[in-house]
Amino acid sequence: MKKYFEVSTKTIVATGLGAAIFMLLFMYVKVPSPVPNTSFQTAYGVAAFFATIYGPIAGGLIGFIGHALNDAIQYGSPWWSWVIASGVAGFIFGFAYKNTKVEEGEFKSKDIIKFNIIQIIGNAIAWLLVAPGLDILIYKEPTDLVFAQGLVAAISNAISAGVIGTFFLIAYASTRTKKGSIKKN
Amino acid sequence: MSNKLFSYNILDTPIHRLSGLTKLIGFLLLTFAVMFSYDIRVILAITLFSFYVLKMAQIKYSQIRIMVIYVAVFILINMVLTYLFSPEEGVKIYGTRHELVRIFGRYTITLEQILYQVTKALKYVSVIPLGIIFLLTTNPSEFASSLNRVGVNYKAAYAVSLTLRYFPDIQREYIDISLAQQARGLDLSHKAKLVDRFKNALVIIIPLIFSTMDRIESISNAMDLRGFGKYKTRTWYNSKKLAKEDFIAILISFLIFLLSIFVSIFINKSRFYNPFI
Repeated sequence: MKKYFEVSTKTIVATGLGAAIFMLLFMYVKVPSPVPNTSFQTAYGVAAFFATIYGPIAGGLIGFIGHALNDAIQYGSPWWSWVIASGVAGFIFGFAYKNTKVEEGEFKSKDIIKFNIIQIIGNAIAWLLVAPGLDILIYKEPTDLVFAQGLVAAISNAISAGVIGTFFLIAYASTRTKKGSIKKN
Repeated sequence: MSNKLFSYNILDTPIHRLSGLTKLIGFLLLTFAVMFSYDIRVILAITLFSFYVLKMAQIKYSQIRIMVIYVAVFILINMVLTYLFSPEEGVKIYGTRHELVRIFGRYTITLEQILYQVTKALKYVSVIPLGIIFLLTTNPSEFASSLNRVGVNYKAAYAVSLTLRYFPDIQREYIDISLAQQARGLDLSHKAKLVDRFKNALVIIIPLIFSTMDRIESISNAMDLRGFGKYKTRTWYNSKKLAKEDFIAILISFLIFLLSIFVSIFINKSRFYNPFI
């Protein structure tokens, strides 16, 4: 358990810069989806990637800080229930940390499945449980509405975290030196 | 893309003179007051108060135009969706039914629904000036120290200040990469196929991420060399001492917060104000 919650200087810096990228993508880089007026948030792909490389603390804070600052800049004030849900999603993504062989330069089928299961669990808990729950508790939104919104968010964020996160991790793995790649002649 | 992140400018108004800590506490207290209460009278009072403070801080409309448009669109969509999903929410909350017009099927317009939706819209409107005031009058470097002083762990506060410090750099880099790729014929609009859109977004983000990871490496080494994180607490270069005005401002925000809770508990006996009984 301890390996997940170590906070080094690198974790802090990765959190800061990760949140900056998260914010940037959240604002500008949306992939338009086939359903009109909706889009895939590429930001969650990046959150999943950073969480896998730097752990759950970094992942959770990236989601929370990035989403809160983004809301503050775009809308004037953060929408706390969804900001917290973003943090929860990032935190859960972080359990892929050191569970895959990405640091050893390998990200193959088994690791891809592992990463995606964790990512889907994270999105489901965040958008089907935390976000609607807090919406009802804090903002007293209508129940049907918040669950419908949550479902859309869960599906689209799971797709963008799955597609983009997986691609990033494959790309990242190919830059790492493989274990045992040096042979004695 | 060209809109600046924080058009923080140094002016000499009573709001600018307050310390960042005061503004953060005030912002949190007032937004929680609005978040908690569903009493239209309380919310209206806080809205008027926050617009007054906005004027006091001499913030111009041109500085916040984009934000206002975003919020207006957001509120409009939220209102329509709320009505489509539960046209009876007001009736459910207030327990009475004053029907005005029947449109079709279950879609009727009731006084209760109007009150519920107007209150909700006003709730969004009232917090916007608060956020704007906080963002535009607080020195970004002071923000981290304020966070630390309200009890956030200094490492997390430092992460926030790193985010604010590096956002413009990353934005600039993103624009460079994006323009370079577009010059090579990359299509980012929805004319491209869905799979291609994902691929094209990746082509821009991947170089951005790898250059950022190099940057993470060098920044964290630099911070380690300077002994970051050695002690349990730290001091901040950019923190102001609290003056008399700060205590007055905190007191005012705290009183408003208490008032909102007080009205809910003792006068309305719930979070909603019910004029229908």
